[in-house]
Amino acid sequence: MTYAGVWTIAEARDGALRQVSFELLTRGRKLADKRNTTLSSVVLASGISDETVRELIKRGADRVYVVDDPALAHFTAETFSNVLVKLIDTYAPEIIIAAATTSGRTLMPHVSMRTHAGLTADCTDLDIEEGTGNLLQTRPAIGGNILATIKTPEFRPQMSTVRPRSTKPAPVDASRTGEIVRLPFDPALRDGRVRRIGFKANEGEEVDIQSADVVVSGGKGLKKAENFALIRELAEKLGGSIGASRDAVDRAWIGYPHQVGLSGKTVTPKLYVAAGISGAIQHLAGMKTAETIVAINSDPDAQIFRVADYGIVGDLFEVLPLLNERLSREVGSK
Amino acid sequence: MLCSILSGALPGEWITVFPSESERQKHSGPRPDVLLCCAVVLTASITLKGGERQLNIVIPIKQVPETSNVKMDEKTGTMVREGVESIINPLDLYAIEAGIQLKDRFGGTVTVISMGPPNAEKAIREAIAMGCDGGVLVSGREFAGSDTWATAYALSESIKKIGAFDLILCGERATDGDTGQVGPGIASFLDVSLATYVSRIVETDEKEIVVERLIEDGYETLAMRLPALVTVVKEISYPRLPTLRGKQKARKTAVPVWAAAEIGIDAAKLGLNGSPTRVVKIEMPKVTRGGKIVPAPDEESAVRAVDGLVDFLKSKDFI
Repeated sequence: MTYAGVWTIAEARDGALRQVSFELLTRGRKLADKRNTTLSSVVLASGISDETVRELIKRGADRVYVVDDPALAHFTAETFSNVLVKLIDTYAPEIIIAAATTSGRTLMPHVSMRTHAGLTADCTDLDIEEGTGNLLQTRPAIGGNILATIKTPEFRPQMSTVRPRSTKPAPVDASRTGEIVRLPFDPALRDGRVRRIGFKANEGEEVDIQSADVVVSGGKGLKKAENFALIRELAEKLGGSIGASRDAVDRAWIGYPHQVGLSGKTVTPKLYVAAGISGAIQHLAGMKTAETIVAINSDPDAQIFRVADYGIVGDLFEVLPLLNERLSREVGSK
Repeated sequence: MLCSILSGALPGEWITVFPSESERQKHSGPRPDVLLCCAVVLTASITLKGGERQLNIVIPIKQVPETSNVKMDEKTGTMVREGVESIINPLDLYAIEAGIQLKDRFGGTVTVISMGPPNAEKAIREAIAMGCDGGVLVSGREFAGSDTWATAYALSESIKKIGAFDLILCGERATDGDTGQVGPGIASFLDVSLATYVSRIVETDEKEIVVERLIEDGYETLAMRLPALVTVVKEISYPRLPTLRGKQKARKTAVPVWAAAEIGIDAAKLGLNGSPTRVVKIEMPKVTRGGKIVPAPDEESAVRAVDGLVDFLKSKDFI
């Protein structure tokens, strides 16, 4: 079998595409151009319009495969895996890139086992090896202590997941044209063993810290739950979401969905502010790829300062109120 | 060696030191009162539907280096193993605790399974000391260098050999390889229902288990037909420490070691031969950013430091 073409797995919810779908196109376009091949996006969704899907073409896809059925309204591993495996068997792509989201990190291993493909998780860099044309995948491992480059020389397709926000979304070029291929959903691929019977949306505080531009995190240095108010205020002023260290979550000052680090979430915001966080390696592993890092801690030897672009060695109970006040004035003067 | 660590399978160099109690305390978190609270919540939240039943649970675990102490050899890009402790993957402890709580409630068995070097037997004995009933070590040269594909294949075949099961519980990922691919992979090979990132087990009966799954925008509730595989996040439980009695039991329990021949699997699908991925390069990322660090020992200097920070944030267009 000849494998050709680069695919990205778009993510949709409630008839709309999620931003990570466009970030994947930035990666995919570069690889497709280097391989001198086409870039296709795969959309598995329910009730998604051609107009919505066309944005993928405007942002770099040459073709979009759409499978649209109520059975695909919400992610379940089995049905999504069945559909994707069938598409792979039919069209034989050489490279597939998916998002390292809760669904991408579930779907892709499920599919890779069935297709005996190589899959590399959480890649931070993707490139094509000169000469062989193999996909070179770079990822952090061992708590971010190393960066490993991995390739899949003899198995196809080559598959990767990449972290949301690790690239910019591909820009819109209204003049781009491409093909939308709507494929019928084969009811035999529907697997009813797992049913979604409820959903509780995050309320109040924004906890989707992985898609936030700004994350303001608090740690042990806050001393008690009420003091998270300082973090909330700063997050609000900077238009960010609230993160936390493991210490703060273990003390039940804030919920687990806010936890950043090895046993929580990995975030790559444009700005990460750490207040009262010493920067244990497990925490650093979850945030050190942020574009800009600001740290406030009273201990000058705290590890967090090693990764900080701007650090203040001082008492956060002094610094944060001052900062919040300054920001109020800045916003007010605009 | 590196290949195996990165791809989430066998650590190639055997690690002999076992974590001290204080290390375990550190992993299990600092607060006994939180422990109490979580245990109560989990127990109270599970309701048994239908009649008497037992749950047979299998928990794949991995022995990993204690990551907070990792030191790298800058020249070779390999891990310095001397003095590095090996522990049960911290995220697997949540699966073990959830499994033991289910067993305590419904009866049945909890069997741990680990693929790794001979020394990984210690991880299995520690799980038994926590309250698991028994364990199997999958070990042999033929497994060395396995990536996540070959590891998931080997573990799924080994689980078939253990016998009938209702539920497989996995940690969401291992802290060394950090791929999170082996759990979903085992479900794929065994063709059982799969849910990842599970934060709570709501209820279970003979046919189904209902779980809550933590996703980007909230928690979704899934009803899954058994047998099922669930990967769990920290929120599901608060791991207990091994008891003295548990440790005594662990010492007495025989831990069988299975090589590929015992399991009856195709050695061509194991190790490097069966692994699609290859590690071709290792780099040490630059850790220090060399940013501006401003001391603020008193109010006056704090004001200056905050002014500087505001200017910095403006220069980056954050304000």
